[in-house]
Amino acid sequence: MDSIEAYVPILLFVLVATGFALFTLIVSALVSSSKYNKVKLEPYECGIEPETDARDRYSVRYYLIAMLFVIFDVETVFMFPWAVIMDELALFGLIEMLVFIFILVLGYVYAWRKGALEWV
Amino acid sequence: MAEAIAFYTLSILILGLGVAVITTPRTVHSVVFLVLNFLCVAVLYVVLRAEFLAVIQILVYAGGIVVLYLFVVMLVNLKRQPEEHQDPRRLAKIGLGLSGAMLVELAAIVVYSYSREPSSVTAPSPAFPVQGNVEQLGWLLYTDYLIPFEVASVLLLVAMVGAIILARREL
Repeated sequence: MDSIEAYVPILLFVLVATGFALFTLIVSALVSSSKYNKVKLEPYECGIEPETDARDRYSVRYYLIAMLFVIFDVETVFMFPWAVIMDELALFGLIEMLVFIFILVLGYVYAWRKGALEWV
Repeated sequence: MAEAIAFYTLSILILGLGVAVITTPRTVHSVVFLVLNFLCVAVLYVVLRAEFLAVIQILVYAGGIVVLYLFVVMLVNLKRQPEEHQDPRRLAKIGLGLSGAMLVELAAIVVYSYSREPSSVTAPSPAFPVQGNVEQLGWLLYTDYLIPFEVASVLLLVAMVGAIILARREL
């Protein structure tokens, strides 16, 4: 089970996925005609027409939301090894995890009170 | 043998992609190289039999951290040309000093690990009441390394408060 041969199917999967993507790109580049005009080169075929360049500066709110996501992501990661051995760790483990979550809930309350989760 | 081949192939890939990250003039390409770099590091963890770490590397780094990088790319002004340093030699001196210190450190680690007795290198693995990679990692984390684990939550709290304070000033 813990031998490296168990990962051969995953390696094959990665190779097939990469190969298919490259194959599709190369074949479509070879087969398709390349006559472009202004409408064809626009980012979207339908919907709202782009007004400015995409290389613009965006609001810092996106960064804040991403940062909060990563922090709670890491919090969840710590719960996985705890959850699989909950029975062996017993009550002690539960208290440990409650302390851990409590400290992060403090941050969550802070973020909520400061309006970091609001999208104005 | 197969492990050595895997390690050196991965090392070349990781170092090459790392160089690509800092030399590509286009910022988004740099982030794409960084994703590939993270994935190669995940494969390296698999070779080292650290399966949990490999999965977390993909989930948190290739998934979460890269989103953070993309938002940083969206924050900075990409249309302006990068400025030249006022005195490039000053930074080169600091860089030379730091990389020299790191070289000495690495050499010291190599010399120290080779000069030790081979018997002391292979320490007896601690007895675990549980089986499996994730289970044993959890056991160590929640018994022997309990304090670092709880400190990690404080570190996450500091990161959260810091991000909010820095962003609030901008809003």
